[in-house]
Amino acid sequence: MRLPPKALSFLTTALLSTTLFAACNPDTATMTESADSSTSSELKLLYWQSPTTLNPHLSNGIKDQEAASIVYEPLAAYDAEENLIPILAAEIPSKSNGGISKDSTSVTWKLRDGIVWSDGEPFTAQDVVATYDFITDPATGATSSEFYGEIASVEAVDDLTVKVSFKQPTGATLSPFIGGSGMIIPAHIFKDYIGANARSAPGNTKPVGTNAFQIREFRPGDTIIYEPNPYFRGDPSTFTTVELKGGGDAVSAARAVLQTQEADYAWNIQAEPSVIQELEASSSGRMEYVFKPMMERIYINFSDPNKEVDGQISQKDTPHPFLSEKPVRRAIGLAIDRETIVELLYGKAGTVATNFLVAPEKYASRSTSYEFNLEKAAALLEDAGWKDTNNNGVRDKDGIEMNILFSSSVNPVRQKTQEIIKQNLEDIGMSVELQSVEPGVYFGDPTNPDSVYQFKSDLQLFAFDSETPEPDSYMELYACDQIAQKENQWSKENSSRYCNPEYDVLLTQLKQETSAEKRKDLFIQMNNLLIDDVALIPLVRRSDAYAISDSLNNLEFTPWAASTWKLNSWGRQ
Amino acid sequence: MGRYLLKRLLIAIPTLIAISMVIYLVLALAPGDPLSGLASNPSIPPEIRESIRQSLGLNQPIHTRYVKWAIAFFTGNMGYSFASAVPVSQLIWQRLPTTLWVVGLAYIFSILIAFPLGILSALKRYTLTDQIATTVAFAGFSIPPFFTGLLFIILFSVKLGWFPSIYNSTLVVNSVPSLIAQAKQSIMPIAVLTLFQTAVLMRYIRAAVIEQLSADYVRTAYAKGLSSSQVIFRHILRNALIPVVTLIALDIPAVFTGALITEQVFRIPGIGSLLIDAINRSDTPVVMSITFIYAILIVLFNLVADVLYGVLDPRIRYQ
Repeated sequence: MRLPPKALSFLTTALLSTTLFAACNPDTATMTESADSSTSSELKLLYWQSPTTLNPHLSNGIKDQEAASIVYEPLAAYDAEENLIPILAAEIPSKSNGGISKDSTSVTWKLRDGIVWSDGEPFTAQDVVATYDFITDPATGATSSEFYGEIASVEAVDDLTVKVSFKQPTGATLSPFIGGSGMIIPAHIFKDYIGANARSAPGNTKPVGTNAFQIREFRPGDTIIYEPNPYFRGDPSTFTTVELKGGGDAVSAARAVLQTQEADYAWNIQAEPSVIQELEASSSGRMEYVFKPMMERIYINFSDPNKEVDGQISQKDTPHPFLSEKPVRRAIGLAIDRETIVELLYGKAGTVATNFLVAPEKYASRSTSYEFNLEKAAALLEDAGWKDTNNNGVRDKDGIEMNILFSSSVNPVRQKTQEIIKQNLEDIGMSVELQSVEPGVYFGDPTNPDSVYQFKSDLQLFAFDSETPEPDSYMELYACDQIAQKENQWSKENSSRYCNPEYDVLLTQLKQETSAEKRKDLFIQMNNLLIDDVALIPLVRRSDAYAISDSLNNLEFTPWAASTWKLNSWGRQ
Repeated sequence: MGRYLLKRLLIAIPTLIAISMVIYLVLALAPGDPLSGLASNPSIPPEIRESIRQSLGLNQPIHTRYVKWAIAFFTGNMGYSFASAVPVSQLIWQRLPTTLWVVGLAYIFSILIAFPLGILSALKRYTLTDQIATTVAFAGFSIPPFFTGLLFIILFSVKLGWFPSIYNSTLVVNSVPSLIAQAKQSIMPIAVLTLFQTAVLMRYIRAAVIEQLSADYVRTAYAKGLSSSQVIFRHILRNALIPVVTLIALDIPAVFTGALITEQVFRIPGIGSLLIDAINRSDTPVVMSITFIYAILIVLFNLVADVLYGVLDPRIRYQ
């Protein structure tokens, strides 16, 4: 078959436009050498949520802190045993070494000598001060600023001494500059970017840090390539390149580590136990679970979401028709089968929670317990006068039916949890309607009527992370002055509208208490008060699950910092 | 022709302004929040969220934000991404080569396969060849790419271990082994996309050719003694290709936006996955830039298609 010249020229022009794309094909301009990817000196990390910024104080989530902590370091961090380990600090301040002032209003950190930033500049106390200024400038919009609200000032006494003064005596003197929210950023890089232009700082994408690695290439939302920091003080890592690849989904990330061995480590694998088991069987890797101070719980609406008062629903002085009754709340707590939820939906990644404050271990109450007892729950309702008088299958009293609207964020595990709880509550004669809201709306702008802060439903389900081993700010979650209302544009955290003067008294005491022993008692007392009053229903204490290749060793994790906090000691067998 | 082009280009300007307004309005009114990334971390107090919102300029009214955005865009500044504080243009340039490589190559392959297959199955209508080609086309058309993608991963990555399931965008092609690595990681996504697009194109080409086969001029051509290859290439194809070329011209902008789902399945960091991530994070500047560039390309290639008509069919003349 001979092609006539006219047809031939036509075909070529038709294809020419598309062939042009081949000419400007793969990324050859700014690329790095990784063709020899099979060598053991490369560490491959897989994050199904991809980091988008390398500034830990502007992070949009834990994923960004994970990526930043390979470059930056805090003054100190808590290990898994809740001991404070000095990192950039020479020693941990205490009352006995004079680091913490007698009246607990200030703490003086001695910094380690001889630390150099990865660009060769020395690390000094000025960097800590600059970090503080960066975080606390309201125009910066730092996400870590909640841990710095109690500070009055941070000053550099000399090059290697920093004094942190607090507004009032506090028991949590060692909370600032610790762990993931305390990473120190260099003054010489960020000094011109404190405030409104913080988000355009070049240091957000090309960070200069003190940890074992520095950035070779950062592609936001995709890949980060780290190389050793030439100025790192300690032993260099066994890895000459660390590649952090983001994107995709959790299950395929686990598969890439456990089955196809394309990566060495996959972070935060949230998947159903049955899926994990299948991947783990006959795999070349393992799963590791690090229990976090994070707990999935049911928030109870103490105000009436169906009555509009002063242009708002769930107004704090309008009590909920039945959830404001303690026996009803107790009955709901008794009716929820937490064990089944853990077994079916979390597996090894969760345990039944009975406390409001689940971690640290020292503050976790041991006197609370969990019971699943439908008969007892029904009897409680019966005694409180909630009976099905009109035979419609739903309990009622004084013409009020026990109809519950139960909301949560869109998330497969949460929807299944909701289903189980719906079943449980219907077994004791309540009618439950489920609702799931897009996470961006649910946890987003508080002025959106569907956000958790406005609490349009009767019960809501989500998790909360207390983050630090000195959870003073976490305890404020149920303070009367933290109630989210129209007056404060719902910008407060007490979405339950729970107010108990007894609890507020304890909270005031806690804020002033500096004795470790008394603080411990107060934490436990406050926790027991909330649990006894059923201010919330704890469900599951959650862990972070990591998929790890069998070839990796020397991994150390802690619930109090990013999983990468000791990445420089990781090795290969 | 020159006057026509000028007229079309002038009409394009108000069209694009209207498109940009609609997209901006939809994005601004959509529920969702750039701070939803903080959703995984609900312990960030609402007042801190409020100050972040202010630092992103989200407290200004919509029209102010739109005008600011429009002025910046037409001076070539697409703004900063909310999520990563990196210029949007930099993000797009980073992702573009990967997308053009994977999606563009897949498109070229599907054209290369669809043309001969489509013509063949039209000429050999209702024969075994046609039946097979049609069946394959229907299968490719009806199985969604994410499903074929997963099948491929399970078969070729997990079971056989031939190809990687993760696309490495930082691979530099500068040697034979790296070229092989690049080929290996591209095969599965390109195959998945090619399968789908070939099916669509093939059906079009087949239908277009069949339509011409019974036309009078074809009978005349045969009657005057032309060989069948001369009739097919010189007469049938030229006429049959007019609708197909339009289809291809209008598909080219889609190459730019990448393959939304396939990129997600194979972890290909292209424009498609950037768009999906940006939508999930309500990262308005990124979503706005990608969708608007897409709109510009659509308008532009519409014009290209119209001009191509004139080139292909001498009967069409623009005044």
